[in-house]
Amino acid sequence: MLLKIAALLMKPGAKMAMLAFALVFPFLAANEYQVYVMATAFIWAIAVYGLNIITGYCGQLNLAHGGFFAIGAYTLGLLTADYGWSFWPAFVGALVMTAVLGFLVGVVSLRLKEHYFAIFTLCVGFIIYLLLDKWEELTHGAIGVRDIAAPYGFGLVDFTDTTPFYYLVLGFLVLAMWFISRLSKSLLGRTFIAIRNGDELAESLGINLMRNKVLAFVLSTTYAGLAGALYAGMVRFIGPEEANINHTFDMITYLLVGGIGTLSGPLLGTLGLVWITQSLQFLEEYRMIIFGPLLVVLVIFFPRGIVGSFLTWIHRKSQALVPEGKRKDSKVTPTKEAENNA
Amino acid sequence: MLKVDNLTKMFGGLAAVSNVSVEFEANKVNAIIGPNGAGKSTFFNLIAGAHKPTSGTILLDGKDVTNLPCDQIARLGVGRTFQTTNLFEQATVLDNLIVGHRLRTRSGLWDVLVNSRRLQAEERACREKAREALDFVGLSHVENRFIADITQEERKRVAFALALATDPKILLLDEPAAGVNPEETEGLADLMRKMINHGLTVCLIEHKMGMIMGIADKIMVLDHGEKIAEGTPEQVSNDAAVIEAYLGGDEDAAA
Ligand SMILES: Nc1ncnc2c1ncn2[C@@H]1O[C@H](COP(=O)(O)OP(=O)(O)O)[C@@H](O)[C@H]1O
Ligand SMILES: [Mg+2]
Repeated sequence: MLLKIAALLMKPGAKMAMLAFALVFPFLAANEYQVYVMATAFIWAIAVYGLNIITGYCGQLNLAHGGFFAIGAYTLGLLTADYGWSFWPAFVGALVMTAVLGFLVGVVSLRLKEHYFAIFTLCVGFIIYLLLDKWEELTHGAIGVRDIAAPYGFGLVDFTDTTPFYYLVLGFLVLAMWFISRLSKSLLGRTFIAIRNGDELAESLGINLMRNKVLAFVLSTTYAGLAGALYAGMVRFIGPEEANINHTFDMITYLLVGGIGTLSGPLLGTLGLVWITQSLQFLEEYRMIIFGPLLVVLVIFFPRGIVGSFLTWIHRKSQALVPEGKRKDSKVTPTKEAENNA
Repeated sequence: MLKVDNLTKMFGGLAAVSNVSVEFEANKVNAIIGPNGAGKSTFFNLIAGAHKPTSGTILLDGKDVTNLPCDQIARLGVGRTFQTTNLFEQATVLDNLIVGHRLRTRSGLWDVLVNSRRLQAEERACREKAREALDFVGLSHVENRFIADITQEERKRVAFALALATDPKILLLDEPAAGVNPEETEGLADLMRKMINHGLTVCLIEHKMGMIMGIADKIMVLDHGEKIAEGTPEQVSNDAAVIEAYLGGDEDAAA
């Protein structure tokens, strides 16, 4: 029974159903605020997909991710508010900025391994926060950036409304996920995963560590920049708190809960936790009393997150159903599909 | 095939490999033995480019590869297995092996974006190579199993297959038979003979003397980083310096 439901979830139709749900969500929502929350969740999901590239696939724990999100938001904010750029050129500017800075930070930080890399990026994240907070001539310091331009709708739509903006974000999310699904199945994605399994082994397979790690890092910071730019265009008022390390930890939590290194994990983890957080709003800071233990239990019993554990389970089941002697012939097992669709 | 001249590696004040010169012959099993800490793994790391030698030269088919980075040496045809292999436990055997042939492909980010013909062709080639390597080590029947669900001996074979998928000329095998029973050890020895029959060259570090004596064409003995003997299994087992090193040295070495 469970297996049947699982098989259903693996069908390509499930993806279409989710997309259909996302498309009609603004009409199902009780109020505009819910649409706004969903759009915010989509934006975070894009950023979490970025984190999944460098941390999930490539195995390098990047703690500056929230910092790059803030750089994307600030680039868009400052270019439109202070330098008179319109939204779309500034949007491209934000992507270029986070890619270039990602490259520079990556080239330096990726010389370090494992926890040294994590600690270094933690410092980078904090330096980004300090720059945004203290470099007042450029960033307006603690006052933040106001009057950020909304996306220009070319006379067709008005993105200052919540619902059109929701669809814009949804479009970018679908694009972001589409690219990740391509990447993860490709030789390039496999190269990243080989690096996660171990530098030593990857190198012995002829993989150039630095080049591939820097590429993964730049992709991830560009995703963060994309999310940050969309965020700035939505809230249109940002401050140094966007670079708060808590955002990075939130994203890591979404990733762990959903399933690190999986395709649908970042989306499910982000949406699930954003909505749970919303519904526990009344508990204020005390909600951590529920979250903390929940997270600990999850990490202990489901180290690969909800999606990862699910995939493992369904693979074992499908292998158990095939008699020992025949396994070799079962070229198209549900797992192949699972890996491709989930 | 592989010629090493006066190779030395210092770790701080410790000479892990000290002034070793040796020549490994093509299409033979060249074994390296010696007590624990003798510098065997370090010697492999030097050849594979994972460590930079302090001094000395390494020639591969006459080409100086002494200071080349690891990934380039792999591309020149040096494959290796490690004392422990970290694979992706929650992925299938086949999925773990596909990346093995990556070094013979060129697809990059752009190919991924447009899903280019080249990428598709290369992915097919990598998949075929992985299946071929899996077949070579006799594990076709577990290709869809998770790494976490296969036996210790099957893992060793998967590690061989991964190295073979790189299309190597020479294989450096670091204690491949550690942790497997005598029967399985014999199976692994057969696999090495099969590699030789297919024109490969094997360099083998091993503690299991029975296996070494049965399979090696030539043995080099290291002790405290120095080469103390070299020759056929008979020559080495009768060598006074070797007996001294083994009896006077580490017990596990004899195990
Ligand atoms: N990366 C390293 N840094 C410092 N010392 C090392 C390193 N690798 C190995 N050594 C030292 O070099 C010596 C030889 O080690 P190794 O080559 O692993 O020996 P074997 O493989 O023969 O057991 C040992 O004393 C070991 O402690
Ligand atoms: Mg060793």
